[in-house]
Amino acid sequence: MLDQVFRDEWPRVLASLTGFLGDIDLAEEAAQEAFAVAAERWGRDGPPASPRAWLVVTGRNRAIDRLRRDRVLAEKTRLLDQGRSAEVTADETSIPDERLELVFLCCHPALAPEAQVALTLRSLGGLSTSEIARAFLVSDETMKRRLSRARNKIRAAAIPFAVPRADLLPARLSAVLSVLYLIFNQGYGDGRPDLAAEAIRLGRLLTDLLPDQPEVPALLALMLLHDSRRASRTRDGELVPLPEQDRRAWDTAQIGQGRALLDRATALGARGPYAVQAAIAALQTEPEIDWPAVAALYGRLRDLVGSPVVELNRAVAIAETDGPAAALATVDALDLDHYRYFHSTRAELLRRLGDVAAARAAYRKALDLATTDPERRFLRRRLTEL
Amino acid sequence: MRYALLINERPGAYVGLSADERAAITAEYIALRHDERVFAGRRLEPADTATTVRAAGGELLLTDGPFADTKEIFGGFYLVEADNLDVAVELAARIPAVRMGGSVEIRPLAEY
Repeated sequence: MLDQVFRDEWPRVLASLTGFLGDIDLAEEAAQEAFAVAAERWGRDGPPASPRAWLVVTGRNRAIDRLRRDRVLAEKTRLLDQGRSAEVTADETSIPDERLELVFLCCHPALAPEAQVALTLRSLGGLSTSEIARAFLVSDETMKRRLSRARNKIRAAAIPFAVPRADLLPARLSAVLSVLYLIFNQGYGDGRPDLAAEAIRLGRLLTDLLPDQPEVPALLALMLLHDSRRASRTRDGELVPLPEQDRRAWDTAQIGQGRALLDRATALGARGPYAVQAAIAALQTEPEIDWPAVAALYGRLRDLVGSPVVELNRAVAIAETDGPAAALATVDALDLDHYRYFHSTRAELLRRLGDVAAARAAYRKALDLATTDPERRFLRRRLTEL
Repeated sequence: MRYALLINERPGAYVGLSADERAAITAEYIALRHDERVFAGRRLEPADTATTVRAAGGELLLTDGPFADTKEIFGGFYLVEADNLDVAVELAARIPAVRMGGSVEIRPLAEY
């Protein structure tokens, strides 16, 4: 119960303290102290009438006390002193929502991508440093250093705690969306549903905060549609390809939400890569998949992002519309020898064409490059079935 | 906040440009120097006029040329006063070297 309140309130409280103190490092410490005091006191006396205001005021007061003790920052203390008496009575309505400022701070392109991801998960997701370290397979110490380096750069280089100007917003927002998608894919690809869920939670938050930006609901739709098939993507620890997935295990409510969000994004004018991918994912949840439409959408996505991986996906749709031979011709024109799905896709097409020897060689190559056990089990089974 | 904008030029960036084109680029550099947020700035003479000083075995060692052979050559700097990094980025983006294949490194000045 308290955990849930803490998780919900953490980003707002941290954002508010960052805005007030002008320093994310101080804000993080102050927020941690406030939450620690709350855990002790609320457990005993029950939560106050306005938990958020209580946390913010407590955090502010703790930070001010700390600054007072710290002579190096004496000047800042004088600055903060002036505002103190008024804050003690602060209620929910007097605390502005500064989460969007925090989003743009954490995803500032002057920070390294891995630092943006870590900072976003820590500051907006409220994950602990150890949780983030585990998710990205690095030691606690490494993750701690990564976060403190990022916070140090924010302070030293004066990275702004602000929503970018309208003319800069599209580019900066696209940086934010790629951070969310990266978090989602880390969770989805490596079977960490908690990270995928976190990315979806952040996507919902961003949709609420920026209701007029078309690419935001497009990304959220994409994540929801992919995630709705999570339960059916593996069976007994083995990867299950889309045509063989058990549709009864799909989350239909989530598919409905994804479709509604995609409609909203399209109505707002979303035409970017996330919208196209969400449209493909939506088609793939239909009882009868419209393969010509899927192929056409992959064609558009290729024109948008210019990646051979997209062309590989288009080939899978071509196999359904024009047959495996036409698809194989498309695949063989690609320079993706290092990519595991290139070989597994070729293998599937060769298998369907009855070229057992070539299919076997391709499955073996895919197996050499495979990175997860569910994938390996699937490829081994295909090999034995040949 | 005060920042240094360190300008790295692509070697040969000016090759093949007419006198008028060069003059227009110089005018851009001068206009930036006159921006009220820019409080200092200098262009350096070409890298082949550089002398590098090192200490080796207790003796000074001089070498002809810049500190390192790199793809870009340090060509000058501005010192600017800006509210935050975004403002410094805006100023840096206006430096001609950026669109001519070079780069600008933004470094906060240490405050004492």
